[in-house]
Amino acid sequence: MVARAPVATKAAFTDWSVWYGPIQALKSVSLDIQAREILGIIGPANSGKTSLLRSLNRMNDFNPAFRYTGSLTLDGHDLYRTLDGQQVRRRIGIVFALPLPLPLSIRENVTYGPRLRGEKNRVRLEELTERSLRAASLWDEVKDRLNLEAMKLSGGQQQRLCMARTLAMEPEVILFDEPCSGLDPVSTAKVEETMLQLKHQYTLVLVTNNTKQAARVSDRVAFFLMGELVELNQTDAMFTAPHDQRTNDYLTGRFG
Amino acid sequence: MASRPWERALRVQRVAFTGLFLATLIVVLATATVISIICLRGAGALSWSFLTTMPAQGMRTGGIFPAIVGTLELVGLTVSFALPMGVATAIYLTEYASDNWLTRLVRLAIVNLSGVPSVVYGLFGLGLFVIFCRFGTSLLAGSLTLAIMILPVIITASEEALRSVPKSFREVSLSLGASRWQTIRHAVLPFAIPGIMTGTILGISRAAGETAPILFTVAAFYLPRLPASVFDQAMALPYHLYVISTQIPNISSDQRYGTALTLLLLVLSLNVLAVTLRAHFRRKRQW
Amino acid sequence: MLWQHRREKLIEFSIRVCGVSAVALVALIFLFLLKEGLALFRTVALTDFLGGHRWYPISEPPRFGILPLLWGSGLVTLGAVVLSVPVGIASALFVSEIATGWVKGLLKTGIELLAAIPSVVLGFIGVSVLVPAIKQLFQLPTGLTALTGSITLAFMAMPTIVSITEDALAAVPRGHREAALALGATRWQMMSRVLLPAAGSGILAAVMLGIGRVIGETMAVMMVTGNAAVIPRSLLQPIRTLTATIAAEMGETVRGSEHYAALFAIGIVLFVISFLINMLADLFLHRERA
Repeated sequence: MVARAPVATKAAFTDWSVWYGPIQALKSVSLDIQAREILGIIGPANSGKTSLLRSLNRMNDFNPAFRYTGSLTLDGHDLYRTLDGQQVRRRIGIVFALPLPLPLSIRENVTYGPRLRGEKNRVRLEELTERSLRAASLWDEVKDRLNLEAMKLSGGQQQRLCMARTLAMEPEVILFDEPCSGLDPVSTAKVEETMLQLKHQYTLVLVTNNTKQAARVSDRVAFFLMGELVELNQTDAMFTAPHDQRTNDYLTGRFG
Repeated sequence: MASRPWERALRVQRVAFTGLFLATLIVVLATATVISIICLRGAGALSWSFLTTMPAQGMRTGGIFPAIVGTLELVGLTVSFALPMGVATAIYLTEYASDNWLTRLVRLAIVNLSGVPSVVYGLFGLGLFVIFCRFGTSLLAGSLTLAIMILPVIITASEEALRSVPKSFREVSLSLGASRWQTIRHAVLPFAIPGIMTGTILGISRAAGETAPILFTVAAFYLPRLPASVFDQAMALPYHLYVISTQIPNISSDQRYGTALTLLLLVLSLNVLAVTLRAHFRRKRQW
Repeated sequence: MLWQHRREKLIEFSIRVCGVSAVALVALIFLFLLKEGLALFRTVALTDFLGGHRWYPISEPPRFGILPLLWGSGLVTLGAVVLSVPVGIASALFVSEIATGWVKGLLKTGIELLAAIPSVVLGFIGVSVLVPAIKQLFQLPTGLTALTGSITLAFMAMPTIVSITEDALAAVPRGHREAALALGATRWQMMSRVLLPAAGSGILAAVMLGIGRVIGETMAVMMVTGNAAVIPRSLLQPIRTLTATIAAEMGETVRGSEHYAALFAIGIVLFVISFLINMLADLFLHRERA
């Protein structure tokens, strides 16, 4: 029986390996995620970063070729063997790389998750909408036009809407899969600022191709290469004195 | 000297292209001719009383009201059977089916259903619904038969509509903790409705015009009353047109062309509606 | 929460059932045809049925040879194919490769509308216009002939052939066209020597599906071919097709009688023929895509 993990660890990977059919995407990854931290995940393409995220929120379940070994716990409970996938996805939210609003109004987008979960009370839904939009730094810009079609917003606004939509589920962990890849610097800054504020309440995992962004925002950084966790360290230490030569090579731009 | 073969080739091309154009003209002119003949010769008969009164004197005078009503009722029932089944099958194919032999078998079956001759559907309807299920010649038997016949039309259109909804909608919905069915119901189906609707209207138009499947399953030539329940026989426009143009002598050309025109207008306006809706929704689409 | 979960499982189950129902339906159709049709072969030999020259269902003793019907269907189909395939492919070429702009749209609409016209309406026009015309033209005792049937059916098959040929042409990569033109071919040479061969199997599928459409047609052909169940000697005489036989005679049979079973047996023949044609066409379509 696994001993209960210390309170500060929110989620933990132990010898976690992932296969999609014959292709192994993650190789024996052991990694912990602390509560209320921003963990940055960096690495070149195909290093397994996205597989890591999709393992966490069990989106991999929908891939028929998905296989795993090892264990992944959330608050000490086995995420795969004890918890229900749908429940996990309500507790662990995700913001995708491209802004993906549904072709509904702003309000309907934000309340999509809660409504499907069973929330019917209009007052509570309105409160939730406002809270989530504020937390995503979008409230002031859209508060008088919540009925506007979400697809009419700008790219940066749409991405913040997606964040609000995820926040409306009141998750414990929020995953960010290269959230600023399609955004201009101003929107990127807004998103990063929001992430730093969210840290006080949520645990954040940020996958990014932009190492400088990882440096700006994360508390700790994990470097992945070809499915392996190469190094995990406090941000400062990682960027000033990485232990592994491969980390150094990646950070200095020898490969990418 | 090099230009001679080229000039020849160009001459050949001119002849060939003219031929192609003429061929196309043949097809299009056929359509135009059929439609205009019926319109010209039938417009005279089309009047409010023609469409709303019962026939008299063994169909020689009076109106075709019961045939119109019969067709509408038949088609209404048909759609109520075919639509849910067709959409469910399409949902199965796009959302639940994996890439295995069963799925391939289902697709093969659908292709086959669409190729079965309409008169064979009539036989099947007779054997299963009229006789085995003991529904007798009735609206029920006829509409069930027609429903199976238009199933492939609805399935194909619905599948296309479902596939045209971006995968990302499903991803987003699932990542927010929705179940698979909730995702289909809220993040996919609503956005596939235009395509499904278009397909359904085309299916309706097809069902309204078919004769062979209803020959032995529902159609009657002359009924003194309108059908009172789904177990009654009914008159129908296509069957009516068939009988008055081949079995009954001395029916005025007006009556015949008028009936043909009514059926044609019904079917073509449904088609035009479907195409217009499709174009309209394509323009309005946000993604 | 649990009942919602159960309700969802029920919905998913219903969807899966519907999903495979298409297979069940095809099987059911075949089964019912067999159930009623095989009864014929208790009293009539299969060879007499398939090869018998005489279709006299109401004579004493009755004869159920469908050879005249097979000939009738075959002749009308052949005639329709000869007329519709060249015209159909040519139209498809014109509409997809040559026509542009609003003309293209107009032509496509015209062809699609032809497909939408119900067969009984085309049969009606056939009876009212084409039959007297053929009678006049060839000085025949009646205009109800195989030729009339072929012409009518040809127009019914054309939209199918055009649309699938169009798809086949569109599936040919742009590169093929451009390469031919860059090598100095005229557009016609490109179309005839590169495009058509490349779209070959798709076009074959179009023809097969057109044939399937024609063989399965009932009303239009019944109204214009005269319903004479004799082996035809020429296109200019009345014939009877398999489909028309069922439609015309079913009303007069007694349920459970030999005649009744014979008509179902014809249904089996039609089902098998259309099954084979569809399988072939599907094969060609998939070969093309691969």
